[in-house]
Amino acid sequence: MAFVTANWNPLGGTFYRKVELYEMGWSLKDGLRECLVAAAPYGGPIALLKEPQRRSPSARPQLEIYSSSGVTMASFPWKSGVVKQLGWTVCDDLLCIQEDGTVLIYDLFGSFKRHFSMGNEVGQSQVVEAKVFHSPYGTGVAIVTGASRFTLATNIDDLKLRRLPEVPGLHGAPICWAVLSQDRQSKVLVANGADLFILDYAACTAVSPPGLSPQATSIVHMCVSFSYKYLALFTDSGHVWMGSANLKEKLSEVETKVRDPPKQMTWCRRPKSQQPSVVIMWDQYLLVAGECKDTVSYPLDDVSVLVPELDGVRIISGTHHELLQEVPAACEEIFKIASMAPGALLLEAHKEYEKESQKADEYLREIKEQNLLGEAVKQCVEAAGHELEPETQKTLLRAASFGKCFLSNFAPEPFVCMCRDLRVLNAVRDYTVGIPLTHTQFKQMTVQVLIDRLVYRKLYPLAIEICRYLKTPEYQGVSRVLKHWACCKVQQKEEADEVIARTISLKLGEAAGISYSEIATKAYECGRTELAIKLLEFEPRSGEQVPLLLKMKRSQLALSKAIESGDTDLVYTVVTYLKNEMNRGDFFMTLRNKPVALSLYRQFCKHQEQDTLKDLFNQDDDHQELGNFYVKASYKERRLEAQIAHLQSAVDEYNKAKNDFASKATEEQMRLLRFQKKLEEEKGEALVGFSLHDTIRTLLAVGLHKQAEQLYKDFRVPDKRYWWLKLTALAEKEDWEELEKFAKSKKSPIGYLPFVEVCVKHHNRYEAKKYVSKVTPEQKVKAHLAVGDMEGAADAAIERRNEGEISTVLSRCSPTTDRALVERLNRAKTTAAKK
Amino acid sequence: MAHTGRRDAPELPDFALLKRLAKDQLIYLLEQLPGKKDLFIDADLMSPLDRIANVTTLKQHEVDKLYKVEFKPVVSVSDQLCFLIRPRIQTVKWIADIVNTDKAAGRVRRYKIIFTPQKFYACETVLEEQGVYGDVTTDEWAFYLLPLDNDTISLELPEFFRDNFLEGDQRWVTTAGSALHLLHSLYGPFSKVYGMGRCAKMVYESWREQVEEGEQKTQQPEIGNVFLIDRDVDFVTPLCSQVVYEGLVDDIFRIKCGSVEFGPEVTSSDKSIKVMLNSQDKVFNEIRNEHFSNVFGFLSQKARNLQTAYDKRRGMDIQQMKTFVAEELKGLKQEHRLLSLHIGASECIMKKKTKQDFQELLKTEHSLLEGFEVRECISFIEEHINRQISMIDSLRLLCLLSLTENGLLPKDYRSLKAQYLQSYGIDHLLTFANLKQMGLLVEQQPGETLTVMESKVGKLVNDKTAGKLTDAFSSLAKKSNFRALSKRLVLIPKSGEEYDLRVPRDMAYIFSGAYIPLSCKLIEQVLERDGWTGLEEVTRMLNGHEFAVTGGTSVTETRIKTDPQRIVLVMFLGGCTYSEIAALRFLGREKGYKFIVLTTAITNSARLLEALLENQV
Repeated sequence: MAFVTANWNPLGGTFYRKVELYEMGWSLKDGLRECLVAAAPYGGPIALLKEPQRRSPSARPQLEIYSSSGVTMASFPWKSGVVKQLGWTVCDDLLCIQEDGTVLIYDLFGSFKRHFSMGNEVGQSQVVEAKVFHSPYGTGVAIVTGASRFTLATNIDDLKLRRLPEVPGLHGAPICWAVLSQDRQSKVLVANGADLFILDYAACTAVSPPGLSPQATSIVHMCVSFSYKYLALFTDSGHVWMGSANLKEKLSEVETKVRDPPKQMTWCRRPKSQQPSVVIMWDQYLLVAGECKDTVSYPLDDVSVLVPELDGVRIISGTHHELLQEVPAACEEIFKIASMAPGALLLEAHKEYEKESQKADEYLREIKEQNLLGEAVKQCVEAAGHELEPETQKTLLRAASFGKCFLSNFAPEPFVCMCRDLRVLNAVRDYTVGIPLTHTQFKQMTVQVLIDRLVYRKLYPLAIEICRYLKTPEYQGVSRVLKHWACCKVQQKEEADEVIARTISLKLGEAAGISYSEIATKAYECGRTELAIKLLEFEPRSGEQVPLLLKMKRSQLALSKAIESGDTDLVYTVVTYLKNEMNRGDFFMTLRNKPVALSLYRQFCKHQEQDTLKDLFNQDDDHQELGNFYVKASYKERRLEAQIAHLQSAVDEYNKAKNDFASKATEEQMRLLRFQKKLEEEKGEALVGFSLHDTIRTLLAVGLHKQAEQLYKDFRVPDKRYWWLKLTALAEKEDWEELEKFAKSKKSPIGYLPFVEVCVKHHNRYEAKKYVSKVTPEQKVKAHLAVGDMEGAADAAIERRNEGEISTVLSRCSPTTDRALVERLNRAKTTAAKK
Repeated sequence: MAHTGRRDAPELPDFALLKRLAKDQLIYLLEQLPGKKDLFIDADLMSPLDRIANVTTLKQHEVDKLYKVEFKPVVSVSDQLCFLIRPRIQTVKWIADIVNTDKAAGRVRRYKIIFTPQKFYACETVLEEQGVYGDVTTDEWAFYLLPLDNDTISLELPEFFRDNFLEGDQRWVTTAGSALHLLHSLYGPFSKVYGMGRCAKMVYESWREQVEEGEQKTQQPEIGNVFLIDRDVDFVTPLCSQVVYEGLVDDIFRIKCGSVEFGPEVTSSDKSIKVMLNSQDKVFNEIRNEHFSNVFGFLSQKARNLQTAYDKRRGMDIQQMKTFVAEELKGLKQEHRLLSLHIGASECIMKKKTKQDFQELLKTEHSLLEGFEVRECISFIEEHINRQISMIDSLRLLCLLSLTENGLLPKDYRSLKAQYLQSYGIDHLLTFANLKQMGLLVEQQPGETLTVMESKVGKLVNDKTAGKLTDAFSSLAKKSNFRALSKRLVLIPKSGEEYDLRVPRDMAYIFSGAYIPLSCKLIEQVLERDGWTGLEEVTRMLNGHEFAVTGGTSVTETRIKTDPQRIVLVMFLGGCTYSEIAALRFLGREKGYKFIVLTTAITNSARLLEALLENQV
């Protein structure tokens, strides 16, 4: 503990510390000499290409991929062209940029994924230098060709090549350049001697950094900070200029007294950094330059590579892996010699407490008196996060926990979260995993991304443990990991389909939100159709199965699954697909077995393709529907002949369907239509399209009794209907004479009460009375009442001795005018009741 | 109101939220097309839209002119046309024609189609086939639910009925599922879901899937139980003449989207008045669920009360008068206005419904329900057809006859159909084909007694492959089994006993004490038994498809019925009638439940049958 500050170096007001992360596990013969090296940020993997210039087929360069701790992940001889630059994408894929402008993409384990080109024009002039950069839009690549032209792609997953304008006066490769990300655009900053230019998509703009020392005649090196906010320039006069990347502000300028161009230079900052600083590397030593005139220098005994991080710089050499960073404020407060900061006092108090010394109380009291105990705990928790040694972390956390006991309302979350985070971080920092993440980086990258990284490394058990430990929702956590595992599993060619499917379903059985269709898609992509189908069986949402089944040309199965899903849009998608894929006959046959799909398609055809509808019915020998189809078609015709033709077809179909009712009805309709047409021509009365009933009524209304009679006979209209029709028609015309004749023509099939009622309705009581006598005894009372004959009604009711009828009559009598009648009725009622 | 119900009845959730959500989304969609635009609205969306956003709101969001979709060439001169439509092929085709016409004329405009409540793949196919897919942008307005009242929500999708039950087109199933899901996410989680019917099951599954895909929220449920029921489980109820006030108003004046237009014969002036019919209308609220015979009594009592309230003015001093005018007079005036309207409506109904033929019609209906004097009923129907009294009513009686008698005798079937065709024309041949397919008007299979039929159905249900077959053509094989059902569930109260319609003793009051609606009786039974146990016989006669699922949330406290447990959402797939709503309200009062009715549309006998006519297309 006493040595925490041993590796601290002061620079201006702050300290810098260099901490060893790992002793490298690899054994490199010549260290990093003559190697192309690329290390991904956030503790990512390291790629090495030894002697990239070697081309002879007998001795191909070797491409090796290691974890940050130097554990081999892949190694294979490089058989492609000359590689100019290696780089990592945000999803841990390796980019190998070749001289000819081709970029090859490999995964972490060295299997080839795909390639793309940085443009055809690169061909002759060749790539002289390339850079891989990261921005919020993904991973980008920038190249400069021998013809001094820059080409840039901001996101390699959505490749859009931008050829940048020419730089005036630049011939051959530029001495130094960098990629900036400004105003949602990627730009290139290039130096030509002492001149600086910014290249964007449209123009090349000359710029000058404010306050650059005038001794400089050339800018020999430059670097941009992790966040693209700051820029550092190294001049041939040995000055380092530091300022904002937009070149509007100068932060400082330090003279290094070294005039050699540096091998590498990177920013070394952290969020809420107290001073800007850059790390400059030459062959033999390392220099940290900040705001003040002083610098910190470290000797280097081996060829090294600097890897800029969000909160520091990693230094990778042939044997070691170190982290150089500004000491975080919390750590400084606590561990600085003779610090009286609350955190430092709390740590001291806890130490005394462990020794069972009463000094503990004194220290505590001192903090409490200043009311800073909360602050002290916070400091200890924060500092623990920044420490890499588990022992130091523990000491700090114990102190924090001790201090917490004396606080009543201190929120426990920060402490608990820190403990949890550190446990995860220590697990991934482990040598075997080799992801040296700092707490700051972890918070920036989020758990999800960390899980992804572990998944890319196929560290599934660890990923699942972490998800469970952090209680990540299953959907984003465990299930996602399992899905990746399954996708990886299906690629294991040596295992049988059956075995793989079973293993997968066993593991995934319980997990929520697993998409089997995605796994199946993967299997299909690997050429394992049978396995894909087996896996799809596990997919609970049938809708998800459909697109893949279609892709695999299992259209029948796809249709069944679509129907099962209950999603008609999906069914429809399959139907449309089948319609285009199959010949008509097969298509119809398929539909025939799937009523749901068939009705859906019929609905569509009804509006869009009437003829297809007919074909469909034809195919099915559905004569009933065909008949209906023709009947419907007949409405749409205006010409009688066409109507009749359609109806004739309908009759034929109905006959085939053995629906003689329908065929007879249709035949009658044809007859009726012809009859109507004929009469229309002869008498000028609009009739076509009327129903039989309406036709007869119209005929009667205009006095064409003979024709009406003819229809009545020809169409075997029931007597009742005809009598009603004639009765109402005559009454409407007030042709009372004719009505009377009609009534007497024969015995009415509807009785005579309707005669009475219809006459009354037409306000002819006189005529109505004529028929009252003809009414059957049961309806007599009603008839009398209808014509308003109270006496008659009363007589009839009394005669029939029907209590109900007597009451009905009574209720219609008024007690004042019909007193005698009322009495008579009442009397009759009592007698009737007695019986 | 005569019956106050149980005092511990739970409070209903607030559904105004649904309107706000729909409105916000519509505004957002309109803003997506910045600048002045003309808006074309599907005719049947006009009234629902009016409930959500009025013309002023639309104008605020740069809608210039409003047009109704009429399938005619457009006259609009605007550069931007926006179409707010149901996802129907016909409408989309019309829009494609407009675009193509403009193209031919070299006219450049922006077109946007907003489908509500969702778009269908078929619609996009039409755009593609007509070659305008790239010229039109499409969007979805997820306007699933329109609250008609504080206990009634409608999807306003009348075509659901025909598409689903006649055409076998299941595209609306997901829509219904989404509607349920919306309610679930706002007022759930539901703890128990019961259902009856094939479509109900599919809707349930569609909803379940959406729940599983979405994120789970834990909130205090406001709605505890859900009951899903297919319209084809009970066709008898919607085919009966309605005699409760609200139902009668719907039958005669046709309530549209919760509001009715009373014509001059009601308003006793020369203009029509549009009235919102919901619980806000105090007068209406008191009479809506009443049997019509009681309505006049209520109204005259109300008139007297109103008079008393007016009379208070007498003997007031200036100060009192001032408060009276400020506070009470407006309310009284409003009530007065409504009262006179409802009295007018009642008189109008009286005129139409107390006529002899209506009484006889009711008598026939009741005889059919009881299975009493069926021959007389057939003669009555025959006369009804022969005298061409009403196309729809005749059809309704025919269907009732077939449903209650398990099909018509072959002789009657032919002769009644033939007579109907003579009266109303050959086109009804297709209507009959539709009715047959729906199982609404069928021919009795000769020699088949009820028991034979029953065992056959039972066998079909047991045999899985055959089960699938019946699934596909279930309506063809469907028998109503009404008589047996009515016996088992005691749907017909014992005749002979006097039924006091003023103090109803069961749900039968909505049909003058003659019949308890099957749909509502099923709901009552299932809630009482907490499932389908003991109703096996009944479900078998209804062709199965019943289910009861307990939700994922722990329902340890099923014994103690908490408030949300007693709020029951009843979803009618294919529509429900106002009479059924009245019956459920009655049931709720009796048993201490609160029912929320969610329906694809409000229906009645006329709407139901009109949907099955073929000549209207």
